[in-house]
Amino acid sequence: MTRARWFPALLVAALAAALCFLTLPIVAIFLDTAPPRLVSSLGDEGALEALRLSLECTAIAVAIIVVVGTPASYFLASRRFRGRALVITLVELPLVLPPAVAGIGLLAALGPKGLLGGLVEDAGLRLVLTTAGVVVALTFVAAPFYLRQAQAAFEALDRTWLDASRTLGAGEARTFMRIAIPGAGPGLIAGLALAWGRALGEFGATLMFAGSFRGITQTAPLAIYERFSTDFTGALALSAVLVAISGALLLSVKLLSGTAWLGGAAS
Amino acid sequence: MRLGAFELDVALETPAGGCLALAGPSGAGKTSVLRVVSGLGRPQRGHVRCGDETWLDTERGIDVAPEQRRCGYLFQEYALFAHLRAWQNVAYGMFDLPRSQRRRRALELLERFGVAHVADARPRTLSGGERQRVALARALARRPAALLLDEPLSALDARNRASAGRELGAVLRATGVPALLVTHDFTQAALLGDRVGVIDGGRVIQQGTAAELAAKPVSAFVADFTGAVVLTGIAGPGERGLTRVALDGGGTVSSTDPGAGPVAVSVFPWEIALAPSGTRPAGSAQNRLDVDVVSLTAVGNRVLVGLAAPQPLTAEITESATLDLHLRPGAQAIATWKATATRLLPR
Repeated sequence: MTRARWFPALLVAALAAALCFLTLPIVAIFLDTAPPRLVSSLGDEGALEALRLSLECTAIAVAIIVVVGTPASYFLASRRFRGRALVITLVELPLVLPPAVAGIGLLAALGPKGLLGGLVEDAGLRLVLTTAGVVVALTFVAAPFYLRQAQAAFEALDRTWLDASRTLGAGEARTFMRIAIPGAGPGLIAGLALAWGRALGEFGATLMFAGSFRGITQTAPLAIYERFSTDFTGALALSAVLVAISGALLLSVKLLSGTAWLGGAAS
Repeated sequence: MRLGAFELDVALETPAGGCLALAGPSGAGKTSVLRVVSGLGRPQRGHVRCGDETWLDTERGIDVAPEQRRCGYLFQEYALFAHLRAWQNVAYGMFDLPRSQRRRRALELLERFGVAHVADARPRTLSGGERQRVALARALARRPAALLLDEPLSALDARNRASAGRELGAVLRATGVPALLVTHDFTQAALLGDRVGVIDGGRVIQQGTAAELAAKPVSAFVADFTGAVVLTGIAGPGERGLTRVALDGGGTVSSTDPGAGPVAVSVFPWEIALAPSGTRPAGSAQNRLDVDVVSLTAVGNRVLVGLAAPQPLTAEITESATLDLHLRPGAQAIATWKATATRLLPR
């Protein structure tokens, strides 16, 4: 009697199908772009500007998300309070929001005639159709990815580490900085990568809230869209660069979270 | 003290430099006691004092934060920080020491516990015994006012437990820090504690030295917990001032203890001798029961013989004795012990 082989075969077939479908478009981008064309498209000033803007805006957005999101998610992970499930749902809501709806929502909230428009103006800020607006849109769309992942990472922490830290004379703040953050490190880094990836690809909300002005609000995805109708090869080349950057980001984050300075605390 | 739905009724006192071992089955509330003393748990009512310091007094609204209580806490699985090296774990609490001196001081402590060679290792690469010593060094690094130990030996494998227990006992005596230890194992409590408290259902049932508890258990639970054989029966007056107990299920035994009505009879396994079936064993033992051998379990150089009389009891004898008597499961024998070794406890 041999063991039934059909089930492992089914699993392999399913994975192969998924892998093909998910990598095919990416492979196609690189196959359709001749390397010389790739280099020359990077010489295009508009393309370089769009990439620079994308990197700057996403870096600022991710920094804001990490600085505010880390303590916020720690609170959600370590406290039980009335309405906690509701708070978590509200925080995750942008995940399921269509980007266009996010853009409209941001306009309705922070636009000149928006809910807090007056407040924003009084503060001397201009968000709509500005680079700052791009950062706001990216932060809004990408934050839930980090918050979710960070909360899960903090919840997975060994509670006795936090207890031990307290009995060793560290208050809550010090325990958070010295034990919780390094302990949840790999999970936090993974959340950061997810959020950054989402921010790099952001299109709809940015277009609606900040517009698409070269050098001011036109990030790489918007630049790709602009070229799409007039210069398909240019769009393809810029896409290839964006894929390469996103891939490199994901890879470096994975390598980073495996290195010794994080201690591999998840193991 | 009262914690949520769980009622803990304990009044414990650990003398300066002594070790009080709290022993009880799982779910008895042992860890809850440690959490309340350390400040990690907050009862609805209760008070905790250490020396002249009041750490908790719910009536006066005093509740000192755990980081200010100066409690060394040895956690059950040791709770070593995985992202820090062994010496960094030990140095973690040395906030008041200049950074430059922390490593030296941590190494001194590791040296004292014989684990200086693992100072730069990460916790996950350490053996159970090494982890325990690093965790102990860490708990003592801040010169705590009290030391709390939660099942300090249970994370070790059986092979190392005895030697680790002896070393831990020596450390506890050497530090002079009052210690409160909890364990589910009475022999560990007896080994490590100057005094032992037996806790069950959130209540301390009896406190005393291990010898006192073993010799004069206040209840069948305590007797059973100390490792004694516990049989049930009905007590009545016997010959020459002895108490005679008709055991449930058959057989009678005598005791020098007074007693009447339903009682628990307790005797230690090492007090019970076995003789071949059908003989009349000579000697001063008053109690003789015909028993069936149920099981034989070798423990080191001794053998625990499971017996049915028909109530279950255990005799602890040497291996050579089991060979001499041709003991095997299904065989018959006579169990004998002295009336003076027979404790009677009300049921």
